[in-house]
Amino acid sequence: MMQFLAMGGYAAYVWTAYGAAVVVLAGLVVATLARRRSSRRSLAALEQLRGRGRRA
Amino acid sequence: MHRFANPARFLRLSAALRPWALGVALLTLLGGLWLALFDSPPDYQQGETVRIMYIHVPSAWMAMMVYATMAVASAVGLVWKHPVAELYIKAAAPLGAGFTALCLLTGSLWGQPMWGTWWVWDARLTSVLILFFIYLGYIVLVSAFDDPQRGLRAGAVLTLVGAVNLPIIKFSVDWWNTLHQPASVMRLGGSALDPAMLWPLLTMAVAFTALFVWLVLLRTETEIAERRIRALRLATAMAAANHKAGGDEAPGLGQPVG
Repeated sequence: MMQFLAMGGYAAYVWTAYGAAVVVLAGLVVATLARRRSSRRSLAALEQLRGRGRRA
Repeated sequence: MHRFANPARFLRLSAALRPWALGVALLTLLGGLWLALFDSPPDYQQGETVRIMYIHVPSAWMAMMVYATMAVASAVGLVWKHPVAELYIKAAAPLGAGFTALCLLTGSLWGQPMWGTWWVWDARLTSVLILFFIYLGYIVLVSAFDDPQRGLRAGAVLTLVGAVNLPIIKFSVDWWNTLHQPASVMRLGGSALDPAMLWPLLTMAVAFTALFVWLVLLRTETEIAERRIRALRLATAMAAANHKAGGDEAPGLGQPVG
């Protein structure tokens, strides 16, 4: 296990590269889902408002 | 009524494709990481640093492929005025920028132990850095207009013009013989890479592609929703203004003030 983590002495480079991949890709996923949630919420609110206005 | 036009066909297609893209992305990501970290040999020259390749090369492919799809979408948007095309570009640009940043970062982390330097102004590295700046330039340009529609149009033009950089990136390693090595996977006469390294690389490439597809579908749907939100807000504001103008006396005309 230690040998695996050591990456033949290149641990700092290899694990930083994989860490960067996790950070960048997870960041894109989180940003995408957060923006989707907030826009869906305001669209639902607006459409409800509009529906009420039409009935009145 | 065009403002309310709902690109229903796209939304249906997107909803049907998304779960598949996510499934493929998760499976190949797990499989690819297993192959890349545990089930592939160290390189006889580069040792364990070769494992950086399984992140670096797929993200470099993505950086270019995402831009290529954006360039096609910009042509479609400018020529046929397809309502989803320009929204697709806006949805894809931050993803392309992310992959390009990842490519540059991991390249640097690979370059330091193998070339002895974090960075050189090599043709390949420089042209990819320019690609990164084009992505950023697009993102800034699109958000710089008060009218989002004009921003999207300007962004589509920028995307199309910036496409000239793609062949420069692709052939930079052949045209200028500098530090970055030429292509070893996609070349005439078959791949120069051993299958033990080719498989993890291709699996990670599929994983990145599927992840991109999943994200870009979600983001395009969000762009469509936000355009609808803008149209609805505008309609509500205009209805309120009409109601006020029609219902009340025009202010300052009929009634003496004070």
